[in-house]
Amino acid sequence: MTARIGVVTFPGSLDDRDAARAARIAGAEVVPLWHDDPDLHGVDGVVLPGGFSYGDYLRCGAIARFAPVMETIAAGARDGLPVLGICNGFQILCEAHLLPGALTRNQHLHFRNRDQVLRIESAGTAWTNAFQPGQEILIPVKNGEGCYVADGRTLDELEATGRVVARYLGGNPNGSLRDIAGISNEAGNVVGLMPHPEHAVEALTGPSLDGLGFFTSILKHLAGAPA
Amino acid sequence: MPRVVVDVMLKPEILDPQGQAVANALPRLGVTDVSSVRIGRRIEIEFTGQPDLDRAREIADKLLANPVIEDFSIRVTEAGDAEESHP
Repeated sequence: MTARIGVVTFPGSLDDRDAARAARIAGAEVVPLWHDDPDLHGVDGVVLPGGFSYGDYLRCGAIARFAPVMETIAAGARDGLPVLGICNGFQILCEAHLLPGALTRNQHLHFRNRDQVLRIESAGTAWTNAFQPGQEILIPVKNGEGCYVADGRTLDELEATGRVVARYLGGNPNGSLRDIAGISNEAGNVVGLMPHPEHAVEALTGPSLDGLGFFTSILKHLAGAPA
Repeated sequence: MPRVVVDVMLKPEILDPQGQAVANALPRLGVTDVSSVRIGRRIEIEFTGQPDLDRAREIADKLLANPVIEDFSIRVTEAGDAEESHP
């Protein structure tokens, strides 16, 4: 059976179409989800896309966290529903306390938009199992508030438990502590990633096809491969 | 009409690049004796009835501030006597 991947659209989402396209290229059946509808329509996994949900007013992700669809997603995530938050989606996951820490204004105050090398640090999550641990990939990064911060104890715990999913290589684009580009929850079903794998799935438009790995990972995971 | 004022500030250990940018601009104004600038946010809340500090605290804790990176303080203006801090 084809895996059903839901992609949420909030008011202000930008990358929902690209995320849906990436999931479709990987072989998923894509189900559009709407911020105001708490029904997940039986999806097997959810992508929270990049953009500026609710205008990013107050703090990025602070208002999206209270969207009707997020209540269902948060409850599902605690029960093992795979959720990938990309950029604004990562910010929403932190605001919803599904992931620890927070994303703050880039240290240099500039919006950063470039192709970025990452090292996959953990291939043990639902969204990264198609990669090799230590594999280097190239995908776009584009954010103004992508500086990952958490207290020292949380960072140590993330490192010790293998929950740093990806790290920036060749220059940290936003000042994230310990060069962290992505993290996961304890169970590995919830992953937040600041760079954009959905923009690196086709040779015509992306710097590589490396982003596809996140979407083939979830299909592999749902097909029963050990996460 | 009394208002509840919520002040939200980044925790002291969280880097404030906006504050730093402002501090770095001060010498252009001829100001050389400022060592630090921190930028926060002030939110004013008006209730339909009397100001409800408990409700305001809940709003601040759940939405206005992110306790991972920010502290907030609450006070009522025009009442003058109620003020508290949540470091």
